[in-house]
Amino acid sequence: MTFGVVLRDITKSFGPTPVLRGVSLDIAEGEFLTLLGPSGCGKSTLLRIVAGLETQDVGTVSIGGRPVDALRPKQRDVAMVFQSYALYPHMTVGQNLALPLRMRRLSKLQRLPLLGRVLPGTRALAGTIARDVAQTAAALEIDHLLERKPGQLSGGQRQRVAVGRAMVRQPEVFLMDEPLSNLDAKLRVAMRAEIKDLHRRLGVTFVYVTHDQAEAMTLSDRVAVMLEGELLQVARPRDIYADPEDRRVAEFVGSPKINLIEGRVREAGAVDVAGTTFHLDTGLGRGKAVTLGLRPEAFGAAERAGPGVITGAVRLLEHLGSDLYAHVDVPGQQAPLIARLPAEDDAGPANGGTLHLRPRLDHVLLFAPDGRRLRPAQARRIMPLPLREPA
Amino acid sequence: MKPPGRRAFSWSGAALRHTVLLATSVLVLLPFVWMVSLSLKSPGEIFQASFSVLPDQWHALENYTAALTAQPLPRFMMNGVIVCGAILILQILVCAPAAYALAKLRFRGREVLFALVLVGLLIPHQVLALPLFILAYQIGILDTYAALIFPFIVSPFGIFLFRQFFKAIPDDLVHAARLDGLSEASIVWRVMVPIAWPAVVAFAIFSVVAHWNDLFWPLIAVRSEELMPPPLGVMAFKNEEAGSDYGPLMAGATLIVAPLVVAFLFAQRWFVDGLSLGAVK
Repeated sequence: MTFGVVLRDITKSFGPTPVLRGVSLDIAEGEFLTLLGPSGCGKSTLLRIVAGLETQDVGTVSIGGRPVDALRPKQRDVAMVFQSYALYPHMTVGQNLALPLRMRRLSKLQRLPLLGRVLPGTRALAGTIARDVAQTAAALEIDHLLERKPGQLSGGQRQRVAVGRAMVRQPEVFLMDEPLSNLDAKLRVAMRAEIKDLHRRLGVTFVYVTHDQAEAMTLSDRVAVMLEGELLQVARPRDIYADPEDRRVAEFVGSPKINLIEGRVREAGAVDVAGTTFHLDTGLGRGKAVTLGLRPEAFGAAERAGPGVITGAVRLLEHLGSDLYAHVDVPGQQAPLIARLPAEDDAGPANGGTLHLRPRLDHVLLFAPDGRRLRPAQARRIMPLPLREPA
Repeated sequence: MKPPGRRAFSWSGAALRHTVLLATSVLVLLPFVWMVSLSLKSPGEIFQASFSVLPDQWHALENYTAALTAQPLPRFMMNGVIVCGAILILQILVCAPAAYALAKLRFRGREVLFALVLVGLLIPHQVLALPLFILAYQIGILDTYAALIFPFIVSPFGIFLFRQFFKAIPDDLVHAARLDGLSEASIVWRVMVPIAWPAVVAFAIFSVVAHWNDLFWPLIAVRSEELMPPPLGVMAFKNEEAGSDYGPLMAGATLIVAPLVVAFLFAQRWFVDGLSLGAVK
C-alpha cells in the first residue's frame, strides 16, 4: 500500500506546554482522513506541521513516500484551506486563483510587472494559467466572480474561492483546517457534500481538521480522534462511534453524549448498576469498579422495574419529530441518563413521571476505571450504525 | 422634561467645542496667514506698526519674482523632490521587511530588537547630528545628496508603524502565501505592503513633510547651493549685510509650503478612502 502522508512520533511543544506527544499516523494515498478533537487538542498544529508551516521538535513527516522535513511549504506539494479562508484581500478572485500558478510556472523575471510581459514564453504560460483558472472556477461555479475582490463575496463564495485556490495547482495532498466553521448551519451541510464530492472527483489525499463530529463522521474514510496532543483512536467513523477504544473517545463522539454509569462487579457475569443488576460478563474480579457506556439509542422502554431495568424520574422530554429524548434522573447518578425513544412513545412517559428503561446488553460498552475499553471475549459486539445530525 | 434639557446641554457643549476648535485653528493658522500676507506687501508696509491682512499697496509680483529669480528656488525645490523621494523609497524598502520580521517571524531576540526600535523612536535626531556628521566626513559624502539622504534611511517610526499594521494582518494569510510559493520577500511586497497601503500613505505624508521642511541637518551636511533643499535655500534671503529681505523670503516660504499643502490635501482624501475601504471589507 502506498502512503499519502506518514507521520512518525511527531512531538511539539510551545514553550513549556506540550502540544503533540508523539503522534504517529499513516494516511493512505487518496484517503479522506479527519483529525477530530476539541479545540486546543493539537490537531491544527499537526496539520501545520504536515504543511511545513510549523516545525516539529521530534519526528518525521513523509509525503508520497519521501521525507519532507527539510522542505519548505511550497516544495511539499500540499495545498491548504484555512478556517479564515486567508484570501488576499487586495487581489481579485481571479488573481487569488492565479497566484499559486504564477509562482510555480513563471520565472522570477517573467513575474515582473512590465518586463515580464515581453519576455519570450510568458504569453503562452499566462494563457495556460488563465485556462486552468477558468477551469477551476467553472468546476466550483465561481466563474462569474473572477473580477470581484474577496471583500465583495459572501461567506460561502469565499469558501469556494479558498477551495479553488487550493485545487487549482493540483496538489498531492489537500489540507483543510476547519474550512466550514465560519459558515451558517445550512450552508455547512451543503458544502460538506461538495467537499465529499470534490474528494471523490480529485481522488487525492485529504487531511481534514474539525471539532465537529458530524463533519468527521459524514466525510471521512477514517477518523483520528485527538485529545491533549495524543491520538486516542484511528478508525472508520462507525467504529469510532460503536466500538471506541477509550472512554474519552466514547464521550467525545455521539450526540447526545453517551451515558456513563458506574457499576461494581457482584460476581462473574453480574454487575450491580444504578440499583439493579445486569447480567454482563466483564472479565473482572468480584468487587471491581467498572463503567458502563450506553448510547441513548441503547435503551428500550420496559413495563415495570425488575432485574436489568433502570428506573428513574423523567426530568425533561425533548421531542424532535423523529425521536424523543428522555432525560431521566436515576438515584445514585449525578447526570441524568438520556434515552432515545421512538417518537410514538410520546403518550407513554410524562414530565416528572417514572420511566423504566431496559438497556440492550449487547450494546453496552465497558470501560475500566482508567478509561480503557474492556473487551471480555463474549461481550464484544458491534452495533449497527445509527448516525444522525445533532439537533 | 428631559429632551429639552439635553438639547440645551448639547447646544452649550457644541458651542464650547467649536470655540475651542476655532481658537486652536486660529492659533495654528495665524503664522501661515501672516506669512502669505507678508509675501504680498512692500518692505515699507511690512515694518508698519499697524497690521492688516491685505496690503494697501500690492507688492506680490515683485516679491514672488524676486523669490523665483534672486535665488534658484526651482533648483531648491527640485533638490527637495530628489531628497524626499529618495528618502521615502529607501525608508519603505528598509522598514517594510524589518517590520515584517518583527511582526510575523519568530526568532530569538525579536522582542529585544523591537525594544531597540522603540528606543530609537525616543532619540531626537539632533542628538545624533554630531556622530552622523563625523561618519559622513569619514566616508567622504559630506556636501552630496547622499549626506542628505543616508541618515534617514532607517526610520524607527516607519518600522514601528508598519509593524503595528502588519501585526493586525492574520497569520493565515502569511501561511497561505508560503504554501502558494511566495518567498518571504514576495510576501512583504506582494501581500503585506498592498494590504497595509493606508499605513504606507500615512507614513509617506509624515516622512515627506518632515524632510521637505528639515532645516537642521541640511544646514550641517551641505554647503553647495546646488544641493540645498528648499528651507536651506530660502535662508539665503536672510542676508547678514543687507538685512533680511522679508517680502521675498515670505514669498519663497509660501512657494515651498504650497506643494506640501496641495499634496497633503490630495493624499488625505486618498488616505481616508484607503481606510474606509479596509473598514467595508
